[in-house]
Amino acid sequence: MREKAIHEINKGQNIGDVSFKLITFLFALTVPLLLLSIIFVLVKQSWLSIYTFGFNFVVNTTWDPLMDNYGALPFIYGTLVSSFLALLIAVPLGLGCAIYLSEVSQSKFKEYLAVMVELLAAIPSVIYGLWGIFVLGPWLAGSVQPFLKMTLGFLPIFQGSPSGLSLMSGGVILAIMILPTITAISREVIQAVPHNLRESAMALGATKWETVKLAVFGPAMSGIIGAIILGLGRALGETMAVTMIIGNRPQISASLFAPSYTLASVIANEFAEAVSDMNLSVLIELALILLLITLFVNGLARIFIWKTIGKNKIR
Amino acid sequence: MENNWKKQNPIRKTKERIFLIFIFFCAIMAIIPLISVMGYVFLQGVSAINFDFFTKLPTPVGEQGGGMGNAIIGTIILTGIAAFVGLPIGVFGGIWLAQFGDGKRGFFIRYSADVLSSIPTIVIGIFAYVLIVLMMKRFSAIAGGFALGIIMIPTVIRTTEEMIKMVPRTLYEAGLALGIPEWKVTMRIVFRTAWSGIFTGIMLSIARIGGETAPLIFTAFNSPYWSFKVDQPMASMTVTIYNYAISPFSDWHAKAWAGSLVLISIILAVTLIVRKFSKRVRYG
Repeated sequence: MREKAIHEINKGQNIGDVSFKLITFLFALTVPLLLLSIIFVLVKQSWLSIYTFGFNFVVNTTWDPLMDNYGALPFIYGTLVSSFLALLIAVPLGLGCAIYLSEVSQSKFKEYLAVMVELLAAIPSVIYGLWGIFVLGPWLAGSVQPFLKMTLGFLPIFQGSPSGLSLMSGGVILAIMILPTITAISREVIQAVPHNLRESAMALGATKWETVKLAVFGPAMSGIIGAIILGLGRALGETMAVTMIIGNRPQISASLFAPSYTLASVIANEFAEAVSDMNLSVLIELALILLLITLFVNGLARIFIWKTIGKNKIR
Repeated sequence: MENNWKKQNPIRKTKERIFLIFIFFCAIMAIIPLISVMGYVFLQGVSAINFDFFTKLPTPVGEQGGGMGNAIIGTIILTGIAAFVGLPIGVFGGIWLAQFGDGKRGFFIRYSADVLSSIPTIVIGIFAYVLIVLMMKRFSAIAGGFALGIIMIPTVIRTTEEMIKMVPRTLYEAGLALGIPEWKVTMRIVFRTAWSGIFTGIMLSIARIGGETAPLIFTAFNSPYWSFKVDQPMASMTVTIYNYAISPFSDWHAKAWAGSLVLISIILAVTLIVRKFSKRVRYG
């Protein structure tokens, strides 16, 4: 619309205007070009590994850089399980917060809560990692895990000896880190629900819970799912805090108390010390897998969010 | 009278109670980690901070004293390089999106920025590694700054666009009506009006990249010395905190907490100050 109006006013007569438009366009064009070159570079650099190992790479469970025997499955497993664990914790909490912020509270506490959740997103990952090593990990190993073992120990996921550096610690720290994402976007989506829907429900005598259930969840559901998937995307790509606390052992174990490893963590740990070209190529292929997973997950999230609020609102 | 329905419907009343208690519980649970993180960082950090911390080099294991002076400078330099890379693309790209980006091309670029923002930062670190470190055959501050610069682009481009679009259209038309060329109207009137909002976005993105670790560990790497040369490895606060945190030495742990305290204070100060001036910009 703006573009049209401009052309009506002065049809590109001014050389300044033409070059201004061109220069800003070139800068804007850098963004998709960067994106394409990132994908291109990753594919090109991991070609050696893709060519050598083929599909076997993603099902092989051995990781032995010295023998040049590489398999990505333990890392894919660790990434997915820690992220789903994070969702399991963060989704109810984040949704609860979002509902509290948009539907229930009118108090001063609400203002503080909103700021605090935002600050939670501002804390650097490495500081979460530090806190995880010295506070969260020991607490989980000292009280939470023994308790789970005592009460639900018959389940294979709660067996083995408690440990602060474990899949469970990784999941919990991720949950804390994606909580702001899920809260903020669900809140935005919930607030986008037209007010007359709520008022109708209330006019029929619905309680707050019934209002939320009948008038808010329905229209906001698609956006909430989007928010959850977006949170998942963040969790999958999160590196430092998880690296510091998940134990970094490439194994597939049913127990949440056992150490694990994620795609991002193995890259962070081994990339600077890669021993051979093949080792480097394999690590870059892991990055490519991570990239493809996050792109897929984020694409999915956008579709859901777009359904609820317009295409230009969410980043 | 008012609560009549509640007396008549004990089940509904109970459900409502449970609901309210549950969401209040969620709200409380959400702030516990924040309070715990801040509390520990403050309590553990404050005892390890002194004047030397800001001015001295790190000491080898076992030697008392020393600080992170080089890492603090390093983070500032890396952020500067990142701004040099990311700001022109972000700001001018945002101007283009706001002024000319209504069509298909605009959608495409906007979508690319969204996708770019969802790429894990460690992957962007690999991109910088392949492009710069492999070419120069050594770790360098340029590579680290380049990676951070890419990371800040999506935030800057989207805030710039949003802020420029918020400038009343009448202002723009008034400029054109005076016969001022369009590019001058855009830069001297619209951009200036939007500047405070754009600045907010820039500061938030700088606060964010200041806390980035993952893309730096194999680009800027680390250095135990004062390093001002951008083609050499450079220490940063985050990487130093990381290395100290995973080390087995309690003296280094104390330094990690102190570094965290400094870093978190800067980031939170920027976030809170900036937030006070603009409520529209969301973090991250």
